[in-house]
Amino acid sequence: MFERVLLKNVDLPDGHLLRSYEAGGGYGALAKVLREHTPEEIVELVKQSNLRGRGGAGFPTGMKWSFVPKQTAKPKYLCCNADEGEPGTFKDRIIMERDPHQLIEGLAVSGYAIGAETAYVYIRGEYVTAIRRLEQAIAEARDAGYLGRGVLGSDLNFDVHIHCGAGAYICGEETAMLESLEGRRAQPRLKPPFPAVAGLYASPTVINNVETLACVPHIVARGADWFRGIGPDKSPGPKLYCVSGQVRRPGLYELPMGIALRELIEEHAGGPLPGRKVKAVIPGGVSAPVIPETGLDVGMDFESLAAVGSMLGSAGVIVVDDTTCMVKVATRIVEFFHHESCGKCTPCREGLNWAVKVLRRIEAGEGTAGDLEQLDMLCKGIFGNTFCALGDGAAMGLRAALKHFSDEFVAHIEEHRCPFHS
Amino acid sequence: MTMREKIEAAAARYPSRRSAIMPALLIAQKEHGHLPGPVLEEVADILGVERIWVYELATFYTLFHTEPVGLFHLQLCDNVSCMLCGAEALLGHLEATLGIGKGETTSDGLFTLSTVECLGACEMAPVMQVGDDYHGKLDAARLEALLKDFR
Ligand SMILES: NC(=O)C1=CN([C@@H]2O[C@H](COP(=O)(O)OP(=O)(O)OC[C@H]3O[C@@H](n4cnc5c(N)ncnc54)[C@H](O)[C@@H]3O)[C@@H](O)[C@H]2O)C=CC1
Ligand SMILES: Cc1cc2nc3c(=O)[nH]c(=O)nc-3n(C[C@H](O)[C@H](O)[C@H](O)COP(=O)(O)O)c2cc1C
Ligand code: SF4
Ligand code: FES
Repeated sequence: MFERVLLKNVDLPDGHLLRSYEAGGGYGALAKVLREHTPEEIVELVKQSNLRGRGGAGFPTGMKWSFVPKQTAKPKYLCCNADEGEPGTFKDRIIMERDPHQLIEGLAVSGYAIGAETAYVYIRGEYVTAIRRLEQAIAEARDAGYLGRGVLGSDLNFDVHIHCGAGAYICGEETAMLESLEGRRAQPRLKPPFPAVAGLYASPTVINNVETLACVPHIVARGADWFRGIGPDKSPGPKLYCVSGQVRRPGLYELPMGIALRELIEEHAGGPLPGRKVKAVIPGGVSAPVIPETGLDVGMDFESLAAVGSMLGSAGVIVVDDTTCMVKVATRIVEFFHHESCGKCTPCREGLNWAVKVLRRIEAGEGTAGDLEQLDMLCKGIFGNTFCALGDGAAMGLRAALKHFSDEFVAHIEEHRCPFHS
Repeated sequence: MTMREKIEAAAARYPSRRSAIMPALLIAQKEHGHLPGPVLEEVADILGVERIWVYELATFYTLFHTEPVGLFHLQLCDNVSCMLCGAEALLGHLEATLGIGKGETTSDGLFTLSTVECLGACEMAPVMQVGDDYHGKLDAARLEALLKDFR
């Protein structure tokens, strides 16, 4: 069995308390860093490890950190993206609820590496338990000298604050998150400049996902080679996979990066429900294009999934079985993106509105022959023409559903009904 | 702590007062149940920021309610993973039992029914959030038991 690294503490009854974390060697990496390493060495170590962002885009973390300007009079900020809104994704919640100190240690080491004295953790407001646990853990860490002025007797000043979201998926997009933190409506900013150069309050800002930051203390403790030795060289490390939908054992699984999607579903998550067959899998949250059953031998890493036209995204693996209508699934996903569109750019706001209408019509058995072409045209109009990746994700997902399950769309139109509603 | 003190404590975490609008609205909503106009004005005055900035945020984010909601706000997730595990039938069940549609509140002010996007707890789909709590792996029987508890 693969050794649990990130999920080591989550099943302990008091895994969220400082004493449990310390008992497992917690905060050892922070102490080591402050004793033995310069910030530059930590950036280099993380670069060597090849850690890539677990928020979905897979950008190399060490490289992102190295873009933070060294000579600047401005304060630098670290932001943790804990907005976790991607349907099918729940890994960050479980880390924060059951092992919040792992995140805090990751924040402290990362803050030291980039030269930030303040970190904000942007958590979605629905995560009440996670917010409470993290608040409690921050207070414990301050009392124990892991946070605050002169961390562990060194000259590092570093503190962490929680900022609660209030129910908007778009806040997970990093520049929308910055707008939200500054007290404005969460609408994305144009990149570049990237936040590493000009982010929160126009200061250099590193934004990383919860799971990304949670990897950092382990890299410090065990070395870059250890991390790189797990999974494919270009996308290495232990990885959290969120499995949900029509499967026997939905849950959070920690396995190496690059594990075959089929193995994850059949061996770890128990396969389909009795008497059913897997029809399709969305491998990385609803922004990731769907993969038909025949494609399940793909490896769960950034390169392998991109090569088959999908993406690892947030590793929210949603299993759809043969009793479910793909038109309905596609409709629900596009409805979601339409609902969450911030409205800033027309192709996303209007294009998705239109796509929802056409999809609902097809699902209701009222579609016409031209509708599929129209959906195709709408995808073309949206993809590549929007301000942020929300529009792109919606268009890519819809395109994949149309491509792999065209027979189901056609059947709806020809039979004037949903073949799955008897 | 008074509401003003709580808001001041939140504001101290940021270099800009404007950043504290969201936390202040969450504090005010906890205090008042929802966010009517005068509460928004009070928040703006405490922070010393433009009122329009406060209105703008109170209407942008779905967790802020400018209208009153029921004592128990039933927020049923109907996103993909929950849909695949039967959320639709649960919604029908709730509508029938409570005699209201989604977005509505029962006449006794006890329940408001909403559907929400993914709650980030898909491993226990179908999921419903009520107040601070998540209720997962729901079926008609568990739902009935929950409603009975609330009543
Ligand atoms: N975890 C979740 O709940 C969700 C995740 N996503 C994921 O988000 C992804 C898209 O995210 P984006 O932030 O739009 O991707 P992106 O590729 O624009 O950026 C990724 C990260 O790298 C940084 N970066 C990229 N180029 C840079 C440069 N030249 N200099 C400095 N920094 C640079 C960005 O600032 C960002 O932090 C999708 O792939 C999707 O999977 C989408 C929705 C929800
Ligand atoms: C619409 C949209 C929503 C996003 N939501 C999240 C999210 O909830 N959590 C997250 O970590 N990243 C999310 N991202 C990706 C972030 O913009 C950013 O790439 C990430 O936080 C960087 O951290 P990482 O390098 O550690 O992955 C989202 C991106 C888009 C376009
Ligand atoms: S693509 Fe959609 S969500 Fe992104 S900025 Fe444009 S309108 Fe807003
Ligand atoms: S889809 Fe319902 S909790 Fe994620």
